Amino acid sequence: MGDLLSSIIPNVVARAPQFWKACQETFQMVGIVGLLSVFIGIPFGVLLFTTKPGGILQNRPIYFVLNKICDIFRSIPFILLAMILLGLSRLVMGTAIGVKGAIIPLTFATVPFLGRQIEGALAEVSEGLVEAAQAMGCSPWEIVWRVYLKEATPGIARGVTITLVSLINFTAIAGAIGAGGLGNFAIQYGHQKSLPDIMWTVLLLIVVMVSLVQAIGNAVVKKTTH
Amino acid sequence: MNVIKLEHVSKTFGRETDGVHAVRDVTIHIAPGEIFGIIGYSGAGKSTLVRCINLLERPTAGTVTVDGQELTRMPERELRQARKKISMIFQLFNLMPSRTVEQNVAFPLKGSGLSREETRRKVLELLELVGLPDKAEAYPSQLSGGQKQRVAIARALASDPKVLLCDEATSALDPQTTQSILRLIKDINQKTGITVVVITHEMAVVKEICHRVAVMDKGRVVEEGSVFEVFSNPQQPVTRSFIATTSNLGKIEELIAANDPIVAVKPGEIVARLNYGQSNVSEAAISEVSRRFNVDVSIIFSNTEILDGQPLGGLVALISGDKVGEAIGYLSEKNVMVEVLKRG
Ligand SMILES: Nc1ncnc2c1ncn2[C@@H]1O[C@H](COP(=O)(O)OP(=O)(O)O)[C@@H](O)[C@H]1O
Ligand SMILES: [Mg+2]
Repeated sequence: MGDLLSSIIPNVVARAPQFWKACQETFQMVGIVGLLSVFIGIPFGVLLFTTKPGGILQNRPIYFVLNKICDIFRSIPFILLAMILLGLSRLVMGTAIGVKGAIIPLTFATVPFLGRQIEGALAEVSEGLVEAAQAMGCSPWEIVWRVYLKEATPGIARGVTITLVSLINFTAIAGAIGAGGLGNFAIQYGHQKSLPDIMWTVLLLIVVMVSLVQAIGNAVVKKTTH
Repeated sequence: MNVIKLEHVSKTFGRETDGVHAVRDVTIHIAPGEIFGIIGYSGAGKSTLVRCINLLERPTAGTVTVDGQELTRMPERELRQARKKISMIFQLFNLMPSRTVEQNVAFPLKGSGLSREETRRKVLELLELVGLPDKAEAYPSQLSGGQKQRVAIARALASDPKVLLCDEATSALDPQTTQSILRLIKDINQKTGITVVVITHEMAVVKEICHRVAVMDKGRVVEEGSVFEVFSNPQQPVTRSFIATTSNLGKIEELIAANDPIVAVKPGEIVARLNYGQSNVSEAAISEVSRRFNVDVSIIFSNTEILDGQPLGGLVALISGDKVGEAIGYLSEKNVMVEVLKRG
């Protein structure tokens, strides 16, 4: 097995410790930022949707601010966003590099992204269901929980899946600007040292990760759609 | 004591000057246990009016009192409590697709203080009542339209409401399913004494189950009374046109316009529409007039049905003879409304 690997991907095997570290870093970034984006992004999307004019918690100023935040952060290319947020990262996390340094830029990129996905998912919930719930005496927050979030579960799962896939993509870019992880590993060795087996291994690993996330997402969607 | 009292209710969307006046100065009182119909064409303001009853739409003027509580005076929190006693069913059922039938029916029971076991028992009882005892585990997508509406009715009854509002509840169903749903509503009304408000644009629905009816046109109630009164003796053009849509007596106008040979008249002959305005007259009046005045009455259309146990309807006939004028006068005295459509 070891021999076989050494013959197919000699340079990866030769840098096994760095490779494992890169894998860990990527998993950490995806895991931590993935959780953060779900916990911040879903409420963000819910507020974005419900405070809209005509929404059940309609509130013009809040909607205006959230909507603008969303537009602005979504229009900045990630690589520029990461650079702009270096200062904030240093301030909050104490560093602008490594996994710790990547958390803030990645979160700023994924939260508005997921927020828009959630907004779209909730919009798919039929107005009739909300009306029925109101007629049954539900409060706006009950409607958020028992109607919007519950009935939009497949759409939310789809949104989270797309967000995680983009997040994996962003972590690779973050690698280029000092965040570590597989992206960094591929650039440092695969690209700069022209070691194609490293490039291909990282690529394959990322494809597998994305496929896995997508497959889990699809399974959740299927299970929650009736 | 009325269970629903709408007093001078108006609802304007947008500004008073150039907004949409969906409901204008409507006053309706509905007694406990009554099935009250509100009929009108699309856009007449029926949905808006019914949504004013549970204050899903807040009236711009007037007061709404349900079961002795003035809803228009309540703060939101209390209002939500009051709404639990006013259930609603809808044209498109509005069941939660991600929940099973059982979970849908249990939806309004959350926070009611019932235990899991009690909730389950209650839900199964309700499903029994609506005739779907074996569908508890099904999802709405697996049900037919009629079955979905039955589930919606079970859900509506879960909170033991005083009032059931039905907004076009049978409009998405075929005629047979409509019948069965109406029968179910009627049954429940008889069993539980629940007050029912039925919104519809279909005459047949009102005839089938309502005790009283209000006719709405352009946001106003233009006519109101017992179903028999309103439909036997319609006062307003809208009401007449509703009657015409369900009775073939309305078709005569088309035939006359097309100059159909069926309605060709010789001098002295007339084509007339006779409507029985009162319960005690029937076809017998026709044969009597025929004998008395020696006129020939040849019937082109006849349409009689039993409403509230009383015959209602009329006929269109070609009447000929020397004493047509007197015959008509006699019929009018006997409370038959005569409308001469064509003279020879
Ligand atoms: N939320 C709303 N905003 C503005 N106009 C409305 C709204 N709801 C209803 N309307 C208008 O009010 C009128 C009556 O509508 P509706 O009550 O739905 O009639 P119906 O149920 O008899 O068909 C229509 O002209 C409709 O366009
Ligand atoms: Mg309507």
